[in-house]
Amino acid sequence: MKDVADCHVHAPAVGRAVKRLEDPALLTGKGRYLDDIVLPGTLHCAFVRSSVAHARIDRIDVEPARALDGVHAVLTLDDLMPMLTSGRMPLGASPVADRNSSTPFVLSNREVAYVGEPIALVVAASRYIAEDAAARVVVDMSPLPVVTDAIAAMEPDSPTVRTEIRSNVMSSFNVGYGDVEQAFSEAAHVFSDVLSQHRGCGHSMEGRGVLAEFRPGGELCVWSSTQMPHDLYYMLQTMLGLNQDQVRVVTPDVGGGFGPKYCLYPEEIALPAAARLLRRTLKWNEDRRETFISSIQERDQYWTVEVAVDADARLLGIRGRLVHDQGAYAPKPVNLPYNSASSMTGPYVLPAYSMDVHVVHTNKVPVSSVRGAGYPQAVFAMERTLDLIAVKLGLDRAEVRRRNLIPPEKMPYTKKLKARSGAAMVYDSGDYPASQAEALSAAGWDDFPIRQKEALAAGRYIGIGVANAVKGTGRGPFESGVVRVGQNGKVSVFTGATAMGQGLQTALAQICADELGLAPDDVTVIGGDTSKTPFGLGGFASRQLVTAGSSVHLAAKSVAAKALKAASVILDVPQDELELRDGQVRRRTGNQTIALGELARMLRGAPGYAFPAGIEPGLEASVEWRTDALAYANACHVVEVEVEPDLGHVELKRYVALMTPAG
Amino acid sequence: MHEVALLVNGEARRGSVEGRTTLADFLRHELGLTGTHLGCEHGVCGACTVLVDGASVRACLMLAVQADGAIVETVEGLARPNGDLHPLQDAFRETHGLQCGFCTPGMLMTIVELLRENGAPTEAEIRDAISGNICRCTGYQSIVDAVLKVAAEDRGAP
Repeated sequence: MKDVADCHVHAPAVGRAVKRLEDPALLTGKGRYLDDIVLPGTLHCAFVRSSVAHARIDRIDVEPARALDGVHAVLTLDDLMPMLTSGRMPLGASPVADRNSSTPFVLSNREVAYVGEPIALVVAASRYIAEDAAARVVVDMSPLPVVTDAIAAMEPDSPTVRTEIRSNVMSSFNVGYGDVEQAFSEAAHVFSDVLSQHRGCGHSMEGRGVLAEFRPGGELCVWSSTQMPHDLYYMLQTMLGLNQDQVRVVTPDVGGGFGPKYCLYPEEIALPAAARLLRRTLKWNEDRRETFISSIQERDQYWTVEVAVDADARLLGIRGRLVHDQGAYAPKPVNLPYNSASSMTGPYVLPAYSMDVHVVHTNKVPVSSVRGAGYPQAVFAMERTLDLIAVKLGLDRAEVRRRNLIPPEKMPYTKKLKARSGAAMVYDSGDYPASQAEALSAAGWDDFPIRQKEALAAGRYIGIGVANAVKGTGRGPFESGVVRVGQNGKVSVFTGATAMGQGLQTALAQICADELGLAPDDVTVIGGDTSKTPFGLGGFASRQLVTAGSSVHLAAKSVAAKALKAASVILDVPQDELELRDGQVRRRTGNQTIALGELARMLRGAPGYAFPAGIEPGLEASVEWRTDALAYANACHVVEVEVEPDLGHVELKRYVALMTPAG
Repeated sequence: MHEVALLVNGEARRGSVEGRTTLADFLRHELGLTGTHLGCEHGVCGACTVLVDGASVRACLMLAVQADGAIVETVEGLARPNGDLHPLQDAFRETHGLQCGFCTPGMLMTIVELLRENGAPTEAEIRDAISGNICRCTGYQSIVDAVLKVAAEDRGAP
């Protein structure tokens, strides 16, 4: 790999390994994560959280906590209400401004529905004191029946997870197409399986965190370790009744996201509200225990799958039931089980499909996206189903897949279901059978029986598995990209895209630099600051390089075109004789040049003086590239493992992962 | 309150702390050395790893008062005073040994200790050394590559 500085700047940066622009700060301890931001006069917060899964709150006694030295306030929802338009959270990441009987409370003061639910907010001189005080808050509770099993929770006589709802079943719907009944009636074989998948958390190394800076006029600047700063910005306006100019949200360096930070949390409203109430700057960092009991979790789903195949093991139909454990609340529109049900057929041809989906509340931490947002569960269900067919019919598992993969001659292939946007699911490209063949070959699939025989003879137990998947990426509807040349010829990119470790600054700088004939380190990328970009969607669904990358690409192209046009007017040289390289517009023949910085200075205007004819002010462009369609990537993984029979320890012996990007 | 005096990255530093203040909080909040990160605050994740008298410790499990009189090294002390990266930092950058960067300071300090004790670690020794440091982004492979690279360069290999 060559150093950026070693290369002539005109060499394209895209497609070349460049060192990440993010790294020097992160490697030297100069990163700026949420807790690294120090503001004068900051007070520190801790939350009193529910220690039980379901209870009525009879009384909250905050006096012992308030009496502690160094405690500034102990706040319940009643205390915060003067600063709030609602005590109930809005639906985050939603196409409609809405709240319903399943969104969480800013603080829950009448009833708690999961261990970890925030009840009160302690504000103190230090986090140490705040935690001392939180332990002194007395919450008298009367236990209520606890619902932990999503299947049992569907029974009509089941107690409810919250007394305000009549049924734990939040919604039920069917995802399907084709004549499933006919498929099953014509099948040579029908098999069925029950698949239970457990939950987990994202566990970024850095927990969540909020810093709400109170400014003298009552305005707020809120830093949050989030994947969705713009959604927080919009919701703060709604929840605190503020004008758009009274609040700013900034995402600093984020120490990992993995989905749980793509959610709007009660703490992100409680701190700003308390900051305005107390007229103080407040900070809260989630500790690891709080991650376990209050950050979004995902994946407990219970699938009952029936599959119909013909005599050659070709799929005819799949039907079944998917029960999705939603936890105690739904902080966002529930799209995970739709993702699961609509993606189950993955890279395979399936003529008929019918999945009954039930979204069910339990007294557990609320559920939203964690690394995959419903898709991994669907892959698991489908791949287990294909294994079942192979085992029952005595066929090779890879062969059953090969017979059912979408053949390359059918590309582009339109699935019979719609994406969340309503757009058709069109697989644009790919040779799935070839991908599988390559992965199997690299993993030594055909020789496995020999290896297994040898291992067994030596008293060792090895096994091998294969799975295919297709995943939509680049989810829209858009991402913002602003490219502006500064007075010194350096370029700034502003975007609503929000990085949490992907190297997005470097990637967008590469894209921008190539269009303007610069090196990537001449470009600065600022993402996730609502004062720099009015609109943005943030970091989710493997989308930012596709969406923000496209916006920045088009904006940089537009700036380059503007620079050439302006230079043509200023230098009085026909535009087709000009080129842009090394930070300058120059005449291809001859020595007339004008630097990008000089053009930026001329296009900023000077009071009352002449301006280049026919040119719009500012050497900048703003693009919000729109898309509803997704780009579908294909993967095939093959893994060989050894199981230690006495203790059950599993060791990975070989792992082959083949990924074909969407094209 | 207790007075503590220690040498941090070659500089004499002092401060006044409560008995319960952890070394990590002292470094971060009193001395402003925010490169030492807290990921779990109970000794599991390794993000807060610093060197105390040459040995790696969890700064979240050690009290600041216990570091009185000690020589402490943190990530801020690795790069040369002129800003040039330490060869290990360079190797991390070359091999994509970090993504979000939150675990990185602890990883670096753990590996600094390893390389002082063993200039030519095997892959297994490297994996053993960083087994107390959790990274959620990289999958570790690129971190192991960085250590192998810097160890090879140190021995004059290409």
